[in-house]
Amino acid sequence: MNQLTQSRMPSRQHLPIPRQKMPEQDAAARADNFNEVNLGLTEEAARLEAGRCLQCKKPRCVGGCPVAVNIPKFLGLVAENRLAEAAHVLRCDNALPAVTGRVCPQEKQCEAHCVLGRKGSAVGIGYLERFVADWADQHCPPPAAAISAQGKKVAIVGSGPAGLTAAGELARRGYAVTIYEALHKAGGVLSYGIPEFRLPKKIVAREIERLQAAGVTFRCNVVIGRTYTIQELQAQFDAIFIANGAGLPAFMNIPGESLKGVYAANEYLTRINLMNAHRFPDSRTPVLNGRRVAVIGAGNVAMDAVRSARRLGAAEAMIVYRRSRNEMPARIEEINHAEAEGITLQLLTAPLEIIGDDRRWVTGLKCQRMQMGAPDASGRARPEPVPGSEFILPCDVVVMAIGTRANPLLTATCPELKLNAHGNIIVDENGMTSLAGVFAGGDIVRGAATVILAMGDGKRAAKSIDQHLRAQPPAAN
Amino acid sequence: MNKVVSRQQLSRGITRLEIQAPRIAEIRQPGQFVIVCLAEDSERIPLTIADSDPQRGNITLVIQNVGHSTQELGNLRVGESLFAVTGPLGHPTELPDQGCALCVGGGVGAAVVHPIAQGLHRRGVKVTSIIGARTREQLIFETELRRFGDLIVCTDDGSHGCTGLVTDPLRTQLAAGPWAVVYAVGPAAMMQAVAELTRPAQIRTIVSLNPVMIDGTGMCGGCRVSVGGVTKFACVDGPEFDGHLVDYHDLLDRLTTYHTFEKSGPGGAKDHCKL
Ligand SMILES: Cc1cc2nc3c(=O)[nH]c(=O)nc-3n(C[C@H](O)[C@H](O)[C@H](O)COP(=O)(O)OP(=O)(O)OC[C@H]3O[C@@H](n4cnc5c(N)ncnc54)[C@H](O)[C@@H]3O)c2cc1C
Ligand SMILES: Cc1cc2nc3c(=O)[nH]c(=O)nc-3n(C[C@H](O)[C@H](O)[C@H](O)COP(=O)(O)OP(=O)(O)OC[C@H]3O[C@@H](n4cnc5c(N)ncnc54)[C@H](O)[C@@H]3O)c2cc1C
Ligand code: SF4
Ligand code: SF4
Ligand code: FES
Repeated sequence: MNQLTQSRMPSRQHLPIPRQKMPEQDAAARADNFNEVNLGLTEEAARLEAGRCLQCKKPRCVGGCPVAVNIPKFLGLVAENRLAEAAHVLRCDNALPAVTGRVCPQEKQCEAHCVLGRKGSAVGIGYLERFVADWADQHCPPPAAAISAQGKKVAIVGSGPAGLTAAGELARRGYAVTIYEALHKAGGVLSYGIPEFRLPKKIVAREIERLQAAGVTFRCNVVIGRTYTIQELQAQFDAIFIANGAGLPAFMNIPGESLKGVYAANEYLTRINLMNAHRFPDSRTPVLNGRRVAVIGAGNVAMDAVRSARRLGAAEAMIVYRRSRNEMPARIEEINHAEAEGITLQLLTAPLEIIGDDRRWVTGLKCQRMQMGAPDASGRARPEPVPGSEFILPCDVVVMAIGTRANPLLTATCPELKLNAHGNIIVDENGMTSLAGVFAGGDIVRGAATVILAMGDGKRAAKSIDQHLRAQPPAAN
Repeated sequence: MNKVVSRQQLSRGITRLEIQAPRIAEIRQPGQFVIVCLAEDSERIPLTIADSDPQRGNITLVIQNVGHSTQELGNLRVGESLFAVTGPLGHPTELPDQGCALCVGGGVGAAVVHPIAQGLHRRGVKVTSIIGARTREQLIFETELRRFGDLIVCTDDGSHGCTGLVTDPLRTQLAAGPWAVVYAVGPAAMMQAVAELTRPAQIRTIVSLNPVMIDGTGMCGGCRVSVGGVTKFACVDGPEFDGHLVDYHDLLDRLTTYHTFEKSGPGGAKDHCKL
């Protein structure tokens, strides 16, 4: 297979060009600021990088992308410097390329499947996606508002990537779309969770402006399940898409979790990203900026929290994770960036208890060393405690980043929605819930997953909603 | 944007605002609260819906000036607007259908207990309220609460009503029972004292907790309180809980988390260091 592909290669001299490096802010400087770490490829580097693509006839990379972006086509256009066309191709499959180019776990998705990966280094698909999207934001006019074709109305609950994607797709098809968002700012995790140094807020803001320009109405500060119920929305709208995410933070239920200085990552990151606590007292909401911060977990959320702690001035910011490095679920780039910024990794370390002083401030984390044991039923090696290895890790802030679950606020007020054992909404292959005309997608269906999967759900739901509504008589008025 | 339609200074440090929020005014129930955000970059502050006028589309908030954000809110003038008011949040108060109920409010808690007394009264439950404050000037909602039943007033300095704390007349009232339920809203120490008085006779006691909140939707976990040894999120599981099960010490202690910050002013965040 590999040989076959190579024989179809357009020109062999492409191979020796090395993968282009992403220019980034100096590690020492950036550990002190919240500006974006990656600076973006230059046009020259982007052309070189895109030129590395072999234009495979059967592009494996596409199979690795959850929304099947036509990767060779857009890369080919970048290589020819036809950037506006490249942006168009990208946008056909991916509504938020400036976001996914930055936050997709490319090394597990598109780039993991690139044939060049076997030879050394995959094409920098994520870097190029970001490059094209940023270029288009600068150079291409936003789309004109679609004319509401059939006067049908769709309500969307939640303005995260699933909701935003569905809104764009539906507006394009001529529906009157209203997004309801509980917080005062739209964007979901893209706004309150992922920090500025990884995803500048102006990118999210621009996407929201795009949607507004396309005729989508945003109604922030409305909590569905409280301000309006799903039943009330059903009376006003022809279809509903629920994309309220998985925002219920998990705690470990170990002693000491109510000590002062213990945060769930959601609170810690919300204070910073949504409420600008890193600028306190110029902003209004404070956050404790510890000298030694221990973040429990090793996913993207944990990396965002620990790197934020460092930027808030922590002399030591640590990841505490009970498995080994190989199992860390975060994007590779985030782990590398974190280490370059001086983050320490306490691997094979399981927290047992949070210790406090007599005034109930956190002073340390009692931990136990672990070793990887035999693989369990799922084939994953299970960490096992090393007897007698307990020790205390001194710290003054502890951030729990061990996952989130489905928030029951909305579903509890709409018992007709069928849920699975974890509280996630059950949908059929079209994304429809047990309620006719009510669709759902993103983290509320999948459990905490990824931006691109949520977007894929939003796109699929929009298509299903369109089909569902076309099968119905036109609106009466 | 929610416009302030009326403003009244109830006492030094306590302001009553009527704010346009038609949907919330229409559906709010006793015990529910809103999260307000004065300007786009302000703190998000939880406040109980003290009253509402569904016809005119207004809700009433009673705000005690304890810090930066509550001071800014209290300084709002008629015609000015808040950036956002979200709600109604939290579970409605659990209300009996009959019998007698006691409502105890300390300080600004008198305003928080007001919608509960109102709800009870509408259901035909006989209401007795006890409210207290440090001095006569600080006593609020006296006239309003009197509409729903008997009212006992006390002040620490005896400048109005009986002298002493709300727990003094409460003792007498409890003995005069039977009470279907006791509601207590005020400082944590007061709610704890009430719960201790009702514990021996196991009278159902409901308290309204006021931890620091951010989103009010169960997303951040910052409002967690310990009730019967179980961690609860006050914004979605409460804000009212069984007063006999609440860990008041934990609540009070967590409320002091940002003391250093709020007091230290400019530079506070960077100066804060505990190791
Ligand atoms: C800190 C962090 C970092 C992450 N990093 C990455 C990454 O690098 N790459 C990646 O692919 N994924 C990452 N993820 C995961 C990814 O962000 C999520 O999978 C994705 O955002 C889910 O999208 P969603 O649209 O389903 O929900 P969300 O983004 O969670 O949005 C849901 C929205 O609905 C609103 N809402 C909730 N309830 C209601 C209600 N009742 N009424 C009205 N509105 C409501 C919420 O306020 C929120 O704005 C990260 C997640 C976090 C928390
Ligand atoms: C469900 C709920 C309903 C509430 N209803 C009302 C109400 O109707 N009227 C009213 O005046 N207040 C009410 N509160 C309290 C109000 O939200 C706080 O007083 C306010 O958030 C303080 O903000 P600040 O910036 O002015 O004070 P800060 O500067 O943040 O704090 C000043 C002082 O107040 C303490 N504090 C901080 N947050 C709270 C809090 N949530 N509760 C008590 N003390 C706090 C701090 O420890 C500090 O000592 C309610 C709180 C909750 C959770
Ligand atoms: S959307 Fe994500 S997975 Fe798909 S091509 Fe872009 S970066 Fe790769
Ligand atoms: S990105 Fe990789 S797999 Fe995809 S077409 Fe180009 S060389 Fe082939
Ligand atoms: S305020 Fe965030 S979970 Fe309650």
